[in-house]
Amino acid sequence: MSKVVKSLKEVFRLCGMKDGMTLSFHHHLRNGDYVLNIVTDEAAEEGFRDLNIAMSSLFPVHDNLVRHIKNGTVTGIDTNYMTGPLGEFISNGGMEKPVIFRSHGGRPNAIETGDLKIDIAFIAAPSSDCMGNINGVRGPSKCGSLGYAFPDAENAIKTVVVTDNLVDYPNIPVSINEKDIDYVVVIDKIGDSSKIVSGTTQITRDPVGLKIADNAASVIAASGVMREGFSFQTGAGGASLAAAACLRNLMIKKGITGSFCLGGITKYFVDFVKEGLFKSILDVQCFDLDAVESIGSNPFHQEISASRYANPSSKSCVVDSLDAVILGATEIDRDFNVNVHTDSNGLIIGGSGGHCDAAAGSSLSIIVAPLQRGRLPIVVDRVKTVTTPGKTVDVIVTERGIAVNPLKPELETNLKNYGLDVVSIDDLMKKAVEITGSPRIREKEKGRVVAEVIYRDGSRIDEILSVSE
Amino acid sequence: MIRRSMLFIPGNSPSMLMNSTVFGSDSIIFDLEDAVSENQKDAARILVRNTLSTFDFSGYEVCVRINSTASPFWKKDLKEILKYRVDSIVLPKAESAEDIGMLSSELSGLEEEYSISKKINIIPILESALGIENSFQIASAGERIDALFLGAEDLTADISARRTKKGDEIFYSRSRVVIAAKAASVDAIDTPFTDTNDLESLERDTLFAKDLGFSGKAVISPRHIDTVNNTFLPSEEEIEYAREVLEAIAEGERQGKGAVSLNGEMIDAPVVNRARRIIQLAGGKGIK
Repeated sequence: MSKVVKSLKEVFRLCGMKDGMTLSFHHHLRNGDYVLNIVTDEAAEEGFRDLNIAMSSLFPVHDNLVRHIKNGTVTGIDTNYMTGPLGEFISNGGMEKPVIFRSHGGRPNAIETGDLKIDIAFIAAPSSDCMGNINGVRGPSKCGSLGYAFPDAENAIKTVVVTDNLVDYPNIPVSINEKDIDYVVVIDKIGDSSKIVSGTTQITRDPVGLKIADNAASVIAASGVMREGFSFQTGAGGASLAAAACLRNLMIKKGITGSFCLGGITKYFVDFVKEGLFKSILDVQCFDLDAVESIGSNPFHQEISASRYANPSSKSCVVDSLDAVILGATEIDRDFNVNVHTDSNGLIIGGSGGHCDAAAGSSLSIIVAPLQRGRLPIVVDRVKTVTTPGKTVDVIVTERGIAVNPLKPELETNLKNYGLDVVSIDDLMKKAVEITGSPRIREKEKGRVVAEVIYRDGSRIDEILSVSE
Repeated sequence: MIRRSMLFIPGNSPSMLMNSTVFGSDSIIFDLEDAVSENQKDAARILVRNTLSTFDFSGYEVCVRINSTASPFWKKDLKEILKYRVDSIVLPKAESAEDIGMLSSELSGLEEEYSISKKINIIPILESALGIENSFQIASAGERIDALFLGAEDLTADISARRTKKGDEIFYSRSRVVIAAKAASVDAIDTPFTDTNDLESLERDTLFAKDLGFSGKAVISPRHIDTVNNTFLPSEEEIEYAREVLEAIAEGERQGKGAVSLNGEMIDAPVVNRARRIIQLAGGKGIK
């Protein structure tokens, strides 16, 4: 028996693909992914219309979708993150139906509860056998963890593996396995591994960024969570990685060994485990090729599914065991709400990813951001878009002061006792405005709804309006 | 004045100018000289002036490195930047008491014109063989002199020495500057360490300068500030000894004693001054 099908066209036929269906994809190949474009091009060629694309994150490489929205092949998008000209197109009202933005934990929750019903999941696989046992650690297009594809494989009505590396049965090691796979289709190339590096995976050299990083590491040290068995997550931004480097020095100084690092994984975390600073890595996504190599060779570097990572409906998920997380922001407001969806003009430039999940689950959630970018204040009266609600944000760290959420008075005392420069969020905003002046606020009510922001529990927490009338 | 670290900020870099107070140096030196090309001098002067008028520098020593008195720019520099608070003028390529006299005279005129009540200090940079040879003469060329600053990059070029990380080639000049500064009762500021990434060598270099007697060190990268500040902090043993000295002096005064000893050794004025300086430095870093 073999599940190998000779072409995508045949897969469409066998799956009973129809107009209006939801097709899902994962983003582990990030900006090097070819599969979404190949499948949607083929669907357009076959005349399919009104498709809903449920891809965990969308990158500039997926700008092909603009063409397919214009020609009617695609009329809906369900995603956790969107960057590049597609975001600009959506922000300008290019698609009639609002985009549904979820989080990395909210997406598996929606899939498992049926809020997001997937008709056909197309899973890009760097390595597969004829029955659909796949992994991300072997093959010319290896991308490491396939964590975000698990809920799709387990819950879609039909699941199709798309690979450029068909190997003998049984494929070892196995990530997603044959029990959930209907068909396997082989194409020339599923993507370009070198482009999984997003460009934000180097430690910043900007002195302001380094100052913020140093402050963030000090906050962790002062908070009391940094003790034996400490667990930690940070993003791949330059300042976040610099904070991780500062934290490393503090852990070495205090002789502390951490239990696990979590999240999007980079070389820095791989090195932490190699030098014994942390015992293990729980990896839902690899951010660079060092992480890809490590997950394929180090038994203490483990792939985890999106549901295990952050699904609030799971019996437990890893973010709930997280001691500290460092996250970024495009804007923060006086209620500690954080925006990572839109820029200061309201243009879509990102999305939650795991932002709101890690903030909600961790014992200490730290937002790092410069007090101003260019001529704009980053601490504002009201964020353009609420990505992560303020009640889950513990502390804001800038280069000109640290603000603690009033819901955490003990934390504020600890930071002050450590000698850190703790100020109120209002004072931070005042400092920002003193430098930049008060920016003119864009009239929000002018645009129509182009996206809905769905929180990890499935509730709708905000909407994004078009930037043009 | 605590002057462990003096951070150079290029006068033509708006982002560095606006963030100059976030890095934690004791002094900030806005640079109108080497960091600014000739066709940017006007712009830098205006940017620095506007920075001084816009931001709050309380808690920092505000210094401006003007262009040398041999250049056509230095008087324009002073005229523009002295409209707002400046504590010290850093004078590059100082080689004689006459250089100081010329600057001092210009400062006196502007202090009167702008109704500046506080006397503006001068920190000469010694960065030539002649400057080093005349170091004591320069250090004692008037009451505006508050520190001597060793500039090793230009100096080594002037004496045809190879500049190294270890710094053997500037050992004599460092010692000479420290002696001249101490003889004139002013601070001695060491040359910056120029490799921004090599923090280990920076620490060694700074410790060596501290042990030679320098009061502080200039830095060209914000990344160097913590290392320099921490190195120039007194050690626990130094703080403890300084406390004992000051307590013994206080006790001696209560008892009306003229001479005070500690552990069998007489405490004289230099020991007391050093103890006061150590306690001041420790307090500045929040050490009680």
